[in-house]
Amino acid sequence: MRQFDEELTALKQRILRMGALVETQVANAIKALVERDTELAKSVIVTDHQVNAYDVEIDEECIRLLALRQPTASDLRFITTAMKISTDLERMSDLAEDICERALELADEPQLKPYIDIPRMANWARTMVKEALDAFVNRNADLARKVCRDDAFVDDLTGQIFRELLSFMIEDPQTIRRAIRITFVAKYIERIGDHATNVAEMVVYLVEGKIIRHTTV
Amino acid sequence: MRSRSSFAIVTNNGCVSNMTEPIPALEVHDLDAWYGHTQALRKISLAIVEQRITAIIGPSGCGKSTFIRCLNRINDLIGGFRVAGRVLFQGQDLYAPDVDPIEIRLRIGMVFQKPNPFPKSIYDNVAYGPRLCGLKDPVRLDLLVEESLKKAALWDEVKDKLRRSALALSGGQQQRLCIARALAVEPEVLLLDEPCSALDPIATARIEDLLLDLKKNYTMVIVTHNMQQAARVSDSTAFFMLGQLVEFGPTSRIFTNPLEKVTEDYITGRFG
Repeated sequence: MRQFDEELTALKQRILRMGALVETQVANAIKALVERDTELAKSVIVTDHQVNAYDVEIDEECIRLLALRQPTASDLRFITTAMKISTDLERMSDLAEDICERALELADEPQLKPYIDIPRMANWARTMVKEALDAFVNRNADLARKVCRDDAFVDDLTGQIFRELLSFMIEDPQTIRRAIRITFVAKYIERIGDHATNVAEMVVYLVEGKIIRHTTV
Repeated sequence: MRSRSSFAIVTNNGCVSNMTEPIPALEVHDLDAWYGHTQALRKISLAIVEQRITAIIGPSGCGKSTFIRCLNRINDLIGGFRVAGRVLFQGQDLYAPDVDPIEIRLRIGMVFQKPNPFPKSIYDNVAYGPRLCGLKDPVRLDLLVEESLKKAALWDEVKDKLRRSALALSGGQQQRLCIARALAVEPEVLLLDEPCSALDPIATARIEDLLLDLKKNYTMVIVTHNMQQAARVSDSTAFFMLGQLVEFGPTSRIFTNPLEKVTEDYITGRFG
């Protein structure tokens, strides 16, 4: 195997490790919210620096490969994709952290209502993240396109959650503080889905050389 | 930055299709070439667009030099060489029986891999072609020599030593002198066969800048082993392998998203 191929494989491994970490963060953030587990929420927040470190390392490695290897064709697409994917993963990690912060605030007050749609939505978003990364590993453009399509469902759920919470707030202003925080959480999850979609769109570019952003799949 | 508005969209089989319709300077149709019994080119068809730089890349022995040498009939000088197919230069078949190859080589100039100035003065190197064409007037010759050296971005370095031997110049200067010599006969097309392979990076960068500058007035075809060079200077890139044209298209596409697996393997260095 050529040295360059080894470097590309190492880069891919690093993205995957970063992705696995972010997936866990998202899962734990939702678990911390639903189970009102403040210790778990705090533990997610402290892992943020690990993700940041991955983001910087991956960027540096990509820049180094661009400068020293002058990649072309699919190698070039792989490296530019890796740079963008690491940015999206880092943002997802920040959103997981935001969910945990809201979870800590919500844990101080009585529960507004049992969480039903939030975990459902979070599961979808998590699956999108996982599938986007699987699509990246296996250069699977079909799976990536599925992820892009699935985003609509997460968006719909956000709207639904908002409407439901609005009814709580209208009925009883005492719930506003909590309802707004939960609305934020829904928005964070929706953003995680958007970042997973970005990753998936980059995978289509990686495989096919086509930029599908800002188009309907 | 070059304008993309009139960029040639060249399909895989070499057909040019674009709304702004770029003008082809040279159109090659089903070109075959043989050295004796060995076939060097197989059914090459492509269009070389006016005032653009077309790069020819491919592994050694793929026929890229043979190909550009067909474009000004310089291969005619090799015993046992023959071609089939057509090379149209402004609509005229270069290989038609009534075409004078000498005249073709005046209109389609060539610069070679190794700088090959004549063992004469700098001035006489540039004046050689025009003199051969019958230009005797010393005032006009002076003007032409100056103009050609300026076009080749060499004038400022040699204007005070025009009578000195060309062989005393550095490699990069010699190569620019060869470009000036080619330009002195006022060609329309310039063929460059690995013009920078014997030069250091600084001299190479100067030649590349020069080519981009000359593009305003000349059509150029460059054969290069240096893929970064093809990526830097050319508008279209043709990839040759085993005497065949594998892929031809806008350079930006060839280097980001080639259609053919072999092209991909070659430009990413995973060849063979």
